[in-house]
Amino acid sequence: MKDTHTKPMIVIDQVVKKFGSFTALHGISAEIREGEFFSLLGPSGCGKTTLLRVIAGFEPPTKGKVAIGGKDMSGIPANSRPTNMVFQSYAIFPHLNVEENVGYGLKTRKMSKADIARDVAEVLKLVDMESYGKRKAHELSGGQRQRVALARALVMRPEVILLDEPLSALDKKLRDQMQVELRSLQRSIGITFILVTHDQEEALIMSDRIAVMFDGRIEQLDTPEGLYRRPVNRRVASFIGVMNFLPAKVLGVTDQHVKLDIAALGQIDVPRHDIDPAFDIEAVDTIGVRPEMFTLLADADDTAQMKVQGEVVDSEYYGDMTYYSVRLAGHDTPVTISMRNTAGRSVVPPGSQVTVGWGADSIVVFKE
Amino acid sequence: MALRFDREAGQGLRLISLTLAYVLVMLAAPLLMVITFSFWTQDYLTIDTTLTLNNYREAWGTPIYQVLMWRSLKISLIVTVVTVLLAFPIAYYLSFHVTRRKALWLFLITVPFWTSYLLRVFLWKVILGYNGVLNSALLGLGFIDAPLTFILYNLNAVVITLAHAWAPFAILPIFVALEKIDRSLLEAATDLGDSPLRRFFRITLPLAMPGIVAATLIVLIPTVGDFITPRLVGGTDGLMISNMIQIQFGKANNAPLGAALAVSSMVVIGLISVGIFLVGKKLGGRVR
Amino acid sequence: MKWLSSKWLAVYAVVYMIFLYAPVILLPLFAFNTSTIIAFPLSGFTTEWFVGLWYTDTLHIALGNSMFVGVTTALLSTLLGAFAARASARFAFPGKTGIVGLIMLPLVLPEIIIAVALLVMLNQLGMPLSLWTVVGGHVLICTPFAIAILSSSYRGLDRELEEASFDLGESRWGTFRRVTLPLVLPGVISSLLITFTISLDEFIIAFFLTGTDVTLPVYIWSQLRFPAKLPSVMALGTILLLVSVVLLIIAEALRRRSAARQGVDTTLAGL
Repeated sequence: MKDTHTKPMIVIDQVVKKFGSFTALHGISAEIREGEFFSLLGPSGCGKTTLLRVIAGFEPPTKGKVAIGGKDMSGIPANSRPTNMVFQSYAIFPHLNVEENVGYGLKTRKMSKADIARDVAEVLKLVDMESYGKRKAHELSGGQRQRVALARALVMRPEVILLDEPLSALDKKLRDQMQVELRSLQRSIGITFILVTHDQEEALIMSDRIAVMFDGRIEQLDTPEGLYRRPVNRRVASFIGVMNFLPAKVLGVTDQHVKLDIAALGQIDVPRHDIDPAFDIEAVDTIGVRPEMFTLLADADDTAQMKVQGEVVDSEYYGDMTYYSVRLAGHDTPVTISMRNTAGRSVVPPGSQVTVGWGADSIVVFKE
Repeated sequence: MALRFDREAGQGLRLISLTLAYVLVMLAAPLLMVITFSFWTQDYLTIDTTLTLNNYREAWGTPIYQVLMWRSLKISLIVTVVTVLLAFPIAYYLSFHVTRRKALWLFLITVPFWTSYLLRVFLWKVILGYNGVLNSALLGLGFIDAPLTFILYNLNAVVITLAHAWAPFAILPIFVALEKIDRSLLEAATDLGDSPLRRFFRITLPLAMPGIVAATLIVLIPTVGDFITPRLVGGTDGLMISNMIQIQFGKANNAPLGAALAVSSMVVIGLISVGIFLVGKKLGGRVR
Repeated sequence: MKWLSSKWLAVYAVVYMIFLYAPVILLPLFAFNTSTIIAFPLSGFTTEWFVGLWYTDTLHIALGNSMFVGVTTALLSTLLGAFAARASARFAFPGKTGIVGLIMLPLVLPEIIIAVALLVMLNQLGMPLSLWTVVGGHVLICTPFAIAILSSSYRGLDRELEEASFDLGESRWGTFRRVTLPLVLPGVISSLLITFTISLDEFIIAFFLTGTDVTLPVYIWSQLRFPAKLPSVMALGTILLLVSVVLLIIAEALRRRSAARQGVDTTLAGL
């Protein structure tokens, strides 16, 4: 991560947004750093789009304020903010061609025709659309529209670009490609990007940091790895990837470890270095294990740290991976285990008795 | 995001307020005034504003008005049924069998509607008259020996003329309803063993019902208010209640009685419309 | 199902079109016929009825009146229609269904009821009948048509387009000028043309609400009583039909172009 990331570009301070009696944002606070690719991730209706529109200036906050580049934005309308938006529908003006669309904002700035033409050509080249300048909106494909919408925002040289679900209208293959392109473009030009998405995979792939939102609150703000490895609660854990939950009881706490009695897995010492010091460790009642942290051992004599017996209930074959549903001895609800289909490893049929291995450091603790 | 309600509501209401104000002043207020008027009395040149039901007693009790009211309803209903029945196959043909140039067909159907209404009615008189186009053609072709007399200056002429005048208003709603039918529903019905005829009655017709009801109401209601067609092609047997309303407001100079006749006919037609709407809703199932 | 087969339906459609066009075709036939009696057989070709129109002063006055009423009605009803169409296409507000329903009511109300109601009110208020009172009535019946046409224009106008313009630094007025207006302009022109055409042809309201200044349809009505005048009326009707059809073709072409631009289905838009 570049050191430019340390300077705050946007400071969101205690922002509350109410629509009538409905509260969409409950006092959101966050800092978004300069040059950062930042994502707002959450299910639909969680307030992520509302927060983006508050930053853009389309919705005045009911309480609290937003500062961009150190300047308080209260009372400053969308057309005077140093932000530009890529809309979910792309909002390509249908009566204008690609060049006129991209040059739309520059024309407002009273720039000369030659300057506009130069800037437009430059940015169209950047998004690989230089040969499409004379096309009209309805002659463009979804991916091309997305590029034009991005170019139209980029050409304004804003301090922040806001993207409202920009890839949701594209098919899977194109979406995967655009994710990579968008990410590398952002890296090369260094402008702060804020992306709104409901797709956790997209957020993980593209972002430097992600704010996970539920019901108008930020539940966790962290790096993709931090979110995946150390989710703060069960809700975040199950929204990002798959997580197996097992009930647990605290038996004792030392400086280095917490001793837990976990259903099916038995008594183990979980190292404390991954656990937030502020976390009330005595209240732990559940643990989580990711599917890839379990392993189906080839034979019972494997030297794995810990193991438990189980029976394969079901399996789903994905080509590169197989997901097994395994009932562990002493626990009724099956756990999900993922195995990479490497050379020489065959798919285990349902009904097979298996030995499952895991490690104590793969365990995440939760309280209710 | 459907939740930006308060600000939206304010903006929406502000935008529509001018149009709403116009309709309140120019439509709602006059309609209320007509209702009030119908309880007053014409006293030669002045109006007696004592509230009375005399106009309604006269409107409902006098044989001539009773006859006109019944006849108006009868003619309007016949016209409506004929117009909708004639329009349905056209709408069906356009929706299911015309694949290219649908818009051109729709345009051609609406063109005659834009000829002066007066002239269209008058030209039907020319077509249906004793020495008219139809009679001369039939005589010339030797189909008949003497001109037909039952087609002008009676109810038939009124029905034909009005069925012509309201054709596009009947075709368009039915066409729209038919267009909205998901074609895979018809395939599903066939797949489940329906013959084309059964499929038509079990799927197409119920789903087209909203359009049929709309067409029925759009034709029925204004037809009751027409006084040109009966006057020009209806003869004495074809006169309707609207002619009497027009006479009361004009030559007879009895506006309160005219108002009572107008209100009465609107109430009757309103009740019939509600009835048709409810029956249509029931026949169409839970379709919107 | 034989009776709904393509072939029989096509035959039916042709017969139905003949029925629809029968009076329309007769109009020019008699307009160019030498005889003053409107009946077959035709006696010869002449343009004298058209020439005669040129020298009929009362007709010119009526035409002038109709133009005034038509243009004023078109402007007012399109303006009122634009406000209502934008409100209903873009915003949710309490009582929306009822308010829009009331505004659209003249579409199904018999014209004689509207005419009589306005007449009663004007008499009570002691206001004299004039061309303005006709305009008042015509705006009432034309506004629903304007709304129907403009709604499809406004529905195609995605709210994100206006937000995008605003986001790119444009002011509210600039956004209206550069985005909103160009996108709804074809709809506006189409609405102006159609409301003008409706007003030009409207008879019942004009008949009740006009004072001494008559409009074209009222003039035609007065001429229908004199058999000698009928060929001139046919000629006048032919011209009116031609003008209406030309205006409608322009209106339809514009509506389609704007719909196609916005990616709206052109067959159903506006119905």
